[in-house]
Amino acid sequence: MLREGDIRIPSGCAISGFINRKGNTVSGEQIIRSIALMHERSNGLGGGFAAYGIYPEFRDYFAFHLFYENHAVREETERYLNKNFNMEMGGPIPTRKTTGIRNLPLIWRYFVKPKLELLYQDEMNTNEFVVERVMEINSSMPGAYVFSSGKNMGAFKGVGYPEDIGEFYRLEEYKGHIWTAHGRFPTNTPGWWGGAHPFTLLDWSIVHNGEISSYDANRRYLEMFGHKCTLQTDTEAITYIFDLLVRKHGLPLDVAVAVVAPPFWNEIDRMPPEKRAIHRAARLVYSSLLINGPFSIVLGSSRGIMALNDRIKLRPLTAAEKGDFLYVASEESAIREICPQPDRVWMPRGGEPVIGLLNDQALQAEEEEGMLHMAVGERTSRS
Amino acid sequence: MVTIDARGVYYMHLNKRIRQALKDGALEIILKNVNGQRYIADAIRGNFSFSIEGVPGNDLAAYMDGPHIVVKGNAQDAVANTMNGGTIIIHGDAGDTLGYAMRGGEVFVRGNVGYRVGIHMKEYQEQVPLIVIGGKTGDFLGEYMAGGIIVVLGLPDDMEPVGNYCGTGMHGGVMFIRGNVPDYKLGREVQKTTPTAKEQHYLTGIVSRYENYFGLEEKTVGGMSFTKLAPVGIRPYGNMYVKF
Repeated sequence: MLREGDIRIPSGCAISGFINRKGNTVSGEQIIRSIALMHERSNGLGGGFAAYGIYPEFRDYFAFHLFYENHAVREETERYLNKNFNMEMGGPIPTRKTTGIRNLPLIWRYFVKPKLELLYQDEMNTNEFVVERVMEINSSMPGAYVFSSGKNMGAFKGVGYPEDIGEFYRLEEYKGHIWTAHGRFPTNTPGWWGGAHPFTLLDWSIVHNGEISSYDANRRYLEMFGHKCTLQTDTEAITYIFDLLVRKHGLPLDVAVAVVAPPFWNEIDRMPPEKRAIHRAARLVYSSLLINGPFSIVLGSSRGIMALNDRIKLRPLTAAEKGDFLYVASEESAIREICPQPDRVWMPRGGEPVIGLLNDQALQAEEEEGMLHMAVGERTSRS
Repeated sequence: MVTIDARGVYYMHLNKRIRQALKDGALEIILKNVNGQRYIADAIRGNFSFSIEGVPGNDLAAYMDGPHIVVKGNAQDAVANTMNGGTIIIHGDAGDTLGYAMRGGEVFVRGNVGYRVGIHMKEYQEQVPLIVIGGKTGDFLGEYMAGGIIVVLGLPDDMEPVGNYCGTGMHGGVMFIRGNVPDYKLGREVQKTTPTAKEQHYLTGIVSRYENYFGLEEKTVGGMSFTKLAPVGIRPYGNMYVKF
């Protein structure tokens, strides 16, 4: 696989994403146009997409997307997968020859369910079982990388400009109700296929513009809970932070935001008492999960999207609404490229999340066990 | 007058066409269907005028020296980066770092602006840059500001016209903010005072120019009271590295 990391190029990255809150699906053509408009923000060393609602015929199966360096490691990994999962279908992900996309790994996809006897034997819930197996493959099988493992969603990424990556994966053939995209301009970490965004785990996905100064503090804390950071880049940690806080520890999303992008202490001191107590608790209990450094991110999940800036807004982010659509992007023009006349356009403040969730009807059509729990009534631990 | 349809035109080609049109003698250029093209009117010197329909990309009018630009929509980040002279009128909102290191000329924004507006703005003798913001601002307004003038009207009301950390590191220039600014929003390098009669007269002129540019009825924003923010000292970090 192509590895590049000896030079340091300061700048960049582009992010874009949208959701149709009614769950109506659109093809990948739109998100490609949006991210392509910000071509200058990336340098051809990474592009990728996350799409939700694209595998309705396999909605009960975990869709594993893997990169392999060669067929030997593929066969070894497939033996491991078959030992742990019942496989409904597997094979190469359809791609097309595309100018500018070179040095390809093998790119395969499997629709799987965990073997029930193993779940009973380990007394483990399905999600936890899948996370453990993903971590196992990524940390102990050199040359095999799981880059997508959610239900009815998928990540598509690689080394190249995002518009070329989109063409390569034939994304115009998929239809989803949530799409996010990333154009990469690697700064401190290598530009390689596994290092392109989005970074996913279960149905979480993150696209990220920025860098995390607190990476090692975050990583050490995550590793205590079994999340292994193996992909040579900081963004991976953000995905695992949301998996830990929201899925494993059952925090509502607004509290998770108070952990990763907390207001400064003097701002917390000025809050009304109840809010102050939540913010103090979040910062004290999870001080190791504060994400320090500049970032704008789009978090995707089966239930919706959230866009967030670091607390002093060191990276660009614009949001817009039009009917049932919510759009977020690094630049307003990237939104207007696919939605010329939004009802409303705004720039969120640092640390202020922009949240777009599927409405109840659309949610019922989705699976029961989604992860993005927001309502105050659900503020109990589900672990 | 030359009209250029910018729809789908790559920024480099668009800027080449603009420069060619100016070379061919155009004094006024209308850009239609602009969407995200960067570096428009950058480093252009002279008495030209531009009308931009759509959303121009980042670094609009960077290093510009002289032209008059009207943006009939929103602008993105880093408008007027290191601008030296001329006027920019933006009929919508503008993004972060507007007027970054600006050293001359004027920017009028009808609506809101993002974070770090006027960061590192500076002045020298008759070169005094001016930024007028009709709406509200994000945090770090006038960060490390070394010169020039920033006026914030805070429309449509005078509630929270500026964000936090206003004037952090400021060591030159002056800001006039409509209404009061609570102390906790100020960087420790600025102090609040009341504008003098002469300054109040200057602000009345600024407000009426704002009303004219954006076709508002006179006195819709009249009768405003302002807080003046000025630096405590000219070298706030002079001793930062010499103590130890």
